[in-house]
Amino acid sequence: MIVAEPKPIKELLEMVQDFNKILVIGCKGCVTVCNVGGLKEVGILASTLKIARKKDGREIEVGEHVLERQCDPEYIDEVKDIIDDYDAVISLACGVGPQFLSERYPSARIFPGVNTKFMGGAVEHGVWSERCAGCGQCVIHYFGGLCPIARCSKSLMNGPCGGSSHGKCEISDDVDCIWDIIVRKMMAQGRLDELVKFRPPKSWTTARDGGPRKMVREELVI
Amino acid sequence: MNDFKPQIVAFCCSNCASSAAAVADGMKKTLPDNVKIIQVPCTGRIEILHLLKAFEQGADGVYVAGCQDDSCRYISGIKKAAKRVAGVKRILEEIEMDPERINIFNLCAGQGQRFVEVAYEMINRLKEIGPSPVK
Repeated sequence: MIVAEPKPIKELLEMVQDFNKILVIGCKGCVTVCNVGGLKEVGILASTLKIARKKDGREIEVGEHVLERQCDPEYIDEVKDIIDDYDAVISLACGVGPQFLSERYPSARIFPGVNTKFMGGAVEHGVWSERCAGCGQCVIHYFGGLCPIARCSKSLMNGPCGGSSHGKCEISDDVDCIWDIIVRKMMAQGRLDELVKFRPPKSWTTARDGGPRKMVREELVI
Repeated sequence: MNDFKPQIVAFCCSNCASSAAAVADGMKKTLPDNVKIIQVPCTGRIEILHLLKAFEQGADGVYVAGCQDDSCRYISGIKKAAKRVAGVKRILEEIEMDPERINIFNLCAGQGQRFVEVAYEMINRLKEIGPSPVK
């Protein structure tokens, strides 16, 4: 999933300080799963905005709406009849959601309510960890099913650097050296020799290095 | 002591805190009328939004009265509630309200006296803090 975290309330309050009718729009996709932009969080933010404004003696009207997804135009359309009733919109979706809203509703003032962090998963309740860098050409099968691009601090593809110590990365004791894990796994599977096979350099044109990306699947285009 | 009578919402576990309330009742000890009780099946059911709504509606203070950490009927309800109360404290701090407006207390079913005491503890604390700016 795409993992995000809430923006600090102070930052959000500052963003919308000039507006008195605000629509908070959540998303039932990834941000619901990582507890940052679903139905509950929309309610919490709306309530917090009201408390903060009432505290300062300023009136505010906060609308709440949760879309199935903010990354599909058909769901974005759902707010077409209400969005003009508000001065500003806070989107609690990942960075995609507020952009889809901005594109669909050019005159609306759209603000991001979360900071999008990475593509990853929940390693335990309340803890998420990065797993994918979205390079556009998956090569994890060369590395025991683990991604050195997303999980090595230097994205090294030819083994650990000198900063690997006792299974940890030199940047922090909280960060596992993925190369330590890869090597141990390949040894356990008796496939260590596969790591020294010659492979041509990875093409980064499919990653961000190739500019903004777009994908067309003709069989799905209507 | 000032005349300010803080309005308090108390979320009480229907197992321990409500039993403590019954014991308090048997001891002829009653809660002051400015403490409104909301009974919940388990404090683990209380969401951050429930606690915020009380403040949004103008409560001067909010507290949760639940079990001891090791005696929740649903195992971890009180621990979850403690984390949510801490979450609301963080939100209050962020919007520059006193985080001491909310608290959590651990009770046993037989602690009738303590059940009433925590209400007065909150009242006294809120008298020091003053009325909620959210009215």
